[in-house]
Amino acid sequence: MRPHATVNPLMIYAVFFVVLLYGPVMLLPAFSVNDNIYIAFPFKGFTTKWYWEMATSRPLMNALVSSLKVGIPVAIISTVLGLLGAKALTRYRLPGRQVVMGLLMIPLVIPFIVLGVGNLVVLRKVFDFDLSLWTIGAGHVLICTPFSILVLMSRLEGFDKSLEEASLDLGEGAWGTFWRVTFPLALPGIVSSLLLSFTESLDEYVIASFLSGNDATLPIFIWSQLRFPQKLPDVLALGSCIFVISFIAVVVSELARKRGVPSTVGAMG
Amino acid sequence: MASNDDTFISLRGIAKHFGAVRAVDDVSFDIRRGEFFSLLGPSGCGKTTLLRMLAGFEFPTHGEIFIDGQPMSAVPPNERPTNMVFQSYAIFPHLTVAENIGYGLRKKGLSKQEIADTVDQALERIKLAGYGSRGAHQLSGGQRQRVALARALVCRPKVLLLDEPLGALDKKLREEMQIELRELQRSVGITFVFVTHDQEEALTLSDRIAVMSKGKALQIDSSTRLYEAPNCRDVADFIGSMNFFDGAIKGIDNGHAIVDVGSAGSLRVPVGEQPMGAGTAVTVAVRPEKVQIAWQQPQQAANAIIGRVDAEAYFGDRSHYYVEVPGLARRVAVALQNAQRSLDNAETRGRQVWLTWPTESAVLLPRE
Repeated sequence: MRPHATVNPLMIYAVFFVVLLYGPVMLLPAFSVNDNIYIAFPFKGFTTKWYWEMATSRPLMNALVSSLKVGIPVAIISTVLGLLGAKALTRYRLPGRQVVMGLLMIPLVIPFIVLGVGNLVVLRKVFDFDLSLWTIGAGHVLICTPFSILVLMSRLEGFDKSLEEASLDLGEGAWGTFWRVTFPLALPGIVSSLLLSFTESLDEYVIASFLSGNDATLPIFIWSQLRFPQKLPDVLALGSCIFVISFIAVVVSELARKRGVPSTVGAMG
Repeated sequence: MASNDDTFISLRGIAKHFGAVRAVDDVSFDIRRGEFFSLLGPSGCGKTTLLRMLAGFEFPTHGEIFIDGQPMSAVPPNERPTNMVFQSYAIFPHLTVAENIGYGLRKKGLSKQEIADTVDQALERIKLAGYGSRGAHQLSGGQRQRVALARALVCRPKVLLLDEPLGALDKKLREEMQIELRELQRSVGITFVFVTHDQEEALTLSDRIAVMSKGKALQIDSSTRLYEAPNCRDVADFIGSMNFFDGAIKGIDNGHAIVDVGSAGSLRVPVGEQPMGAGTAVTVAVRPEKVQIAWQQPQQAANAIIGRVDAEAYFGDRSHYYVEVPGLARRVAVALQNAQRSLDNAETRGRQVWLTWPTESAVLLPRE
């Protein structure tokens, strides 16, 4: 299609949409380098002291470490569970597949506050577990696994299942077939599942607040800091860092996906 | 069908049910060593399910498959002496051409050098020397088909299974590949089991063909016998085109049945292998190209049916006539070779004709 000289109303809508979506977020890095304890215009001057303060703030760093301690294992465990679930749901004739799918997707639609209360009651009253990062992690695996299954199912459905059969046919066993065919072809899905689960865990406040013990994760810590105005610039600095890192992660994973191999080689090119 | 010493694959009472659907319904036959054997039938007839059971991707609900005398029910696909060429070719998209061809060799305990040599030889044989390091997605349809064949054959299977491997190719390439496939099978000498819905492809390629319909194997025979001596109306109808005359046997005379076909008269047909006595309801089947058209009443003919030309289709090399015969629901098709050059444009529609054919050209089928 030739580019239009006239202004497309949909284009205006798209620009408006992007500005509304990212405008408020872009204020974060702007104020994080503003030499003023209050978030207010006009800008007073450039400073990096909030970043320095952030990096040397012990409780903030502890919260960050806690979040990583939860988020990384949650990402790995959800993705492994998701891959197993997605493989079962896409590759085998499973009796009651629809029921299983429905049950798996329920955590996506139940309000997290309900899940949080439910989990708390079960963990404390039924099993009498002490609340800790472990319990937060368990809660996060519960909500991340459905995401992983969805992401990985769409990837596994995207490639011809006769590729796995061809591998078996050529003498490779089930384990070898997984590593030589399924895993490399599902890799882009696995990467997005890891990223999605990790960011979901890093970001999640409601369940974490119910299930946390003495160690706070980042969202809980940030929320608690909002009571102290003088701490707010640190939080802005931290938010900016997270924003930049997330942005890089998404771009990298998209590039990896684009440069990855096509998922099938059809009979006709 | 009786087993003989050449039997290599033996299917005994094979059935496969998917829920209430009987994809394969009690099929028993043998495939001989070194044979090019085809499973032919319309889609949904169970031919692909049967092939997948040979490969080990599906297990029979009932019955047992023997390959080279060994029962296969407990053998997974990776331990079977079979390799398969998939309909989609299933070329691994994340591997190079050479890695694709060498895929199955890693499990065979060959050294890296041996694998590389075998792959190079295979590439040369399929005329893709120098393509080894290319990605699979850079290949054309015909090249992928050859890579899929080479990948299966380097594993030295005892049986090569082919699931409509030519279906995705255009007509010209398909004809070339048919010839290549037949030559390949002769040169490697292993048993090929070939699934197709294309009857011409099956007839040209195969030593023997099993015609399948609704999960059953209707007839297992050579191309010639399937065409010239079908054992039932479904086979006669599926392979080529056929004229049918329903009637009943009036009497038997010297190896021929005299069949009363109602107002069309009576026909003389050789009695087949199945014994049929007087009174049996039968169908007489005659191929269009076996029928002659006589524009005048023939002097003497065992079978002569009077009709009227309803339509003519001119193809240059041959003409098809469709003749209306009183008492028959379907018009009789006649295919004539235009062996002599003729510029005669005479109108044939509406002309009265006599249809005749040599007695031995007709086939007697049981009426279903």
